[in-house]
Amino acid sequence: MQEFGTLQSKSIKILVDDIDTDQIIPARFLKTTDKLGLGKNLFSNWRYGEDGSENADFALNQEAMQGRTILLAGDNFGCGSSREHAPWALSSWGFRVIISTSFADIFRSNALKNGLLLIEVDAEQHALLVAAKDDANIAIDLAAQELTLAGGAPSEFPIDAFSKRCLLDGLDQLGYLQSFESNIEEYEKGR
Amino acid sequence: MSVVPQTLFDKVWQAHVVSQEPDCPPILYIDLHLIHEVTSPQAFAELASRGIKVRRPDRTVATMDHLTPTLPKKLAVLDDSAKNLLDTLERNCEEHGIKLYPWGSGSEGIVHVIGPELGATQPGKTIVCGDSHTATHGAFGALAFGIGTSEVGHVLATQCLLQERPKTLEVVLSGTPGPGVGAKDIILGLCSQIGIGGATGHVIEYRGDAISALSMDERMTICNMSIEVGARAGMIAPDETTFEYMKCRPMAPAGEAWDAALAGWKRLRTDEGASFDRTVHLDVSALEPMLTYGTNPGMGMGVSGKIPDPTNANSASEADALSKALDYMGLKAGNPLAGQKVDVVFVGSCTNSRMQDLRDAASILRGRKVAEGTRVLIVPGSAAIKREAEAEGLDRVFTEAGAEWREAGCSMCIAMNGDALEPGQYAVSTSNRNFEGRQGKGSRTFLASPLMAAAAAITGCLTDVRTLLNE
Repeated sequence: MQEFGTLQSKSIKILVDDIDTDQIIPARFLKTTDKLGLGKNLFSNWRYGEDGSENADFALNQEAMQGRTILLAGDNFGCGSSREHAPWALSSWGFRVIISTSFADIFRSNALKNGLLLIEVDAEQHALLVAAKDDANIAIDLAAQELTLAGGAPSEFPIDAFSKRCLLDGLDQLGYLQSFESNIEEYEKGR
Repeated sequence: MSVVPQTLFDKVWQAHVVSQEPDCPPILYIDLHLIHEVTSPQAFAELASRGIKVRRPDRTVATMDHLTPTLPKKLAVLDDSAKNLLDTLERNCEEHGIKLYPWGSGSEGIVHVIGPELGATQPGKTIVCGDSHTATHGAFGALAFGIGTSEVGHVLATQCLLQERPKTLEVVLSGTPGPGVGAKDIILGLCSQIGIGGATGHVIEYRGDAISALSMDERMTICNMSIEVGARAGMIAPDETTFEYMKCRPMAPAGEAWDAALAGWKRLRTDEGASFDRTVHLDVSALEPMLTYGTNPGMGMGVSGKIPDPTNANSASEADALSKALDYMGLKAGNPLAGQKVDVVFVGSCTNSRMQDLRDAASILRGRKVAEGTRVLIVPGSAAIKREAEAEGLDRVFTEAGAEWREAGCSMCIAMNGDALEPGQYAVSTSNRNFEGRQGKGSRTFLASPLMAAAAAITGCLTDVRTLLNE
């Protein structure tokens, strides 16, 4: 997993509440044994017309948005299906950070497994980010848990200690679980 | 010695914590891992890349459901990529000694339907699956929740998960539902009351007189849709109805082991005085048959209601969401839903594909004909349900009415197997999600109960089923 340090980028704004994982990556693209290459189908139903042409109004299709790594989204991002293809598709497109006022539980857990930082901000902070100019830079410092909007003061964002460690050190969660093998055996014997 | 009163969730959680390290989520032991073809291949690939074998194949059960074709006697897989996923599951199960219930085994079906049917689902167990509707199994007093593919790998490798302890939400259901109102209306009623993110971070326990009165099929419908309010899981304390269902299931304990298990299961209830983080009340006697009008399960209302107006929304973002949804659905604020034409009726999915659901649909379709121009698919949840329905003659009720009677699978709920709507088509669906494009690109979904779906099948439009009861 890619380690996460500091990052600076302009944001892409998709300000819709309750973006479900069926919108992030529709089910017809789940017929794969791979994790890679899903970026081209990210937000497919919003991004492409019925004939497959790019919808020019949609942010991901706009020239100025290319290379941006921060997604600013509406409330309750990632609700619905448990498909990990959602963070795979977001990462594959190039997103490293998603900012919202809240995230769905399974999506939150899946994002963490893939080095995708979710930043939960309050409504006031969200409104500031929404109101900022499209080319305003946002700087993220995970170690300091700070988000800085260009021209503003740094503001602290919450993250639990374990998630922070996973992202900063690229902690291998499966390897970590395996290190508890003797505890697991003991638990099984004690039942 | 004073004992701290515990909730049902507290009891099941506490019994499964293997280890709790500082600044780390607890390590939770998983009793039963259900797997299917779509969310498992990358997990097996991860194990292979590390040279790890599945730790407890005996605690793992596999089925094929999402990609299963449902046309009778013509199990033609949609395409090569679908076939590759199915073959990959078969190969992985063989290599790791995992019991797979493939097509033709007689026990195949939707993962959340066969788990309970086989008796693999039991009170007090921790159950996971790479599928968000795993909450279904909570109807038995299990702690059951959906996980991502990385976590599927964690469970395959270690039989454990790193899990933050969720909060608890008590949903108290009181009253007696009126005619034509059932479990689906209750859960859609909850969705519209607390919203699609209303229970994020929580495990729900459904309690109250209205829950005790429900059958297991109905309880499964309710727990199934816990994820549609964002809940981690939904649980119902096991009782005599549960124990009666469990008896003689193939994987349920038998003889002395049954007596011992039963004694344990009887302790799985929330103690007097135990506290929840939150409580929500819902009087089911006030509910009408429900329909959704929008693009998430929280956008629902009683059948005699009028489509809400965005200008009356509580916030700008709510108004935006509603406008966007009505635009997608091609519906107008202030209009009634009843009378809206539908193209397709789908009765099926892990929400509503069990015997009681099929009997409900049949009770409306019996002796009537499907409206001209309306396509009706009835897809049983499992091969066992298909057999039982046919033994009762329900298949003939459906086909004589003009409906299609299909093989078991997820089918048009997720539209991955070829059963899909055309762009712009309207469906009344007994499934769980009305998201944009969920039933095929451009599809427009009205979620409803099997009774309401059958009513629409007869009239070709959204119809209050109560007008067809006792006719």
